[in-house]
Amino acid sequence: MANLDASFSALADPTRRAILARLALGEATVMELAAPFDMTQPAISRHLKVLEGAGLITRRVEGTKRPCRLAPAAVDEIDQWLGMLRKALSANYDRLDDVLAAMKTEQ
Amino acid sequence: MSKMTLKTEGDRHVVVTRRFAAAPEAVYRAHTEPALIQKWLLGPDGWTMPVCINEARPGGKIRYEWSNGEGAGFYVTGEYLELVPFSRLVHVERMHMPHATPDNHIETTFTPDGIGTLMTMRMTLPDAATRTAMLSTGMEHGMEASYVRLESTFK
Repeated sequence: MANLDASFSALADPTRRAILARLALGEATVMELAAPFDMTQPAISRHLKVLEGAGLITRRVEGTKRPCRLAPAAVDEIDQWLGMLRKALSANYDRLDDVLAAMKTEQ
Repeated sequence: MSKMTLKTEGDRHVVVTRRFAAAPEAVYRAHTEPALIQKWLLGPDGWTMPVCINEARPGGKIRYEWSNGEGAGFYVTGEYLELVPFSRLVHVERMHMPHATPDNHIETTFTPDGIGTLMTMRMTLPDAATRTAMLSTGMEHGMEASYVRLESTFK
């Protein structure tokens, strides 16, 4: 449960979700992760610490760099996101049902 | 009742199916006429589509812009490759947030199903990593909606 809570609060932040989306493309360094955001490297590092603490990313040492990658827990998380995407799409199609019903009435 | 299915297929595909209680012609029109698209293709609660360009002809442009009314937004651009009125649409699209994502090739078919329509949307991404990134980006918006709803239940 503790881990679930940690992962939930880690994912409550849009920057951290965007970082995970970027890592879904493959391993990246702090500098590469900071590039698309208007944020300093220390700010990104703080987000990475939260993600690492929640078990969503792992980091390895390569010289002076510490590249990040998705942890298996994040891959599971991504499966759950699939469920949320399904929900968002479903909401669109439920609205489309109403649009189609209205088109029928107009005829 | 869950009418929609969404699943990944192979390394590069995502397939969505949904049944509608209307003829293929109506469902096709709701996918190609801007005034109709703006009523349903909205995503999370509170979002609108102030700009909707959909030139339903081969080579025609697609541009959808979404806004949450509070300064946040993103847009999709695309081009039609092939259209068979009331039965098949083929187009490519990419999301801009603001950097453009790799092209998503989408084939949408509308098949008569009893008195209604079975819609099948088959997306093809350039590679497995891009598919994962696309799904997680889409999920990012789904999650945003669920967090917004969560917040509103606390107010």
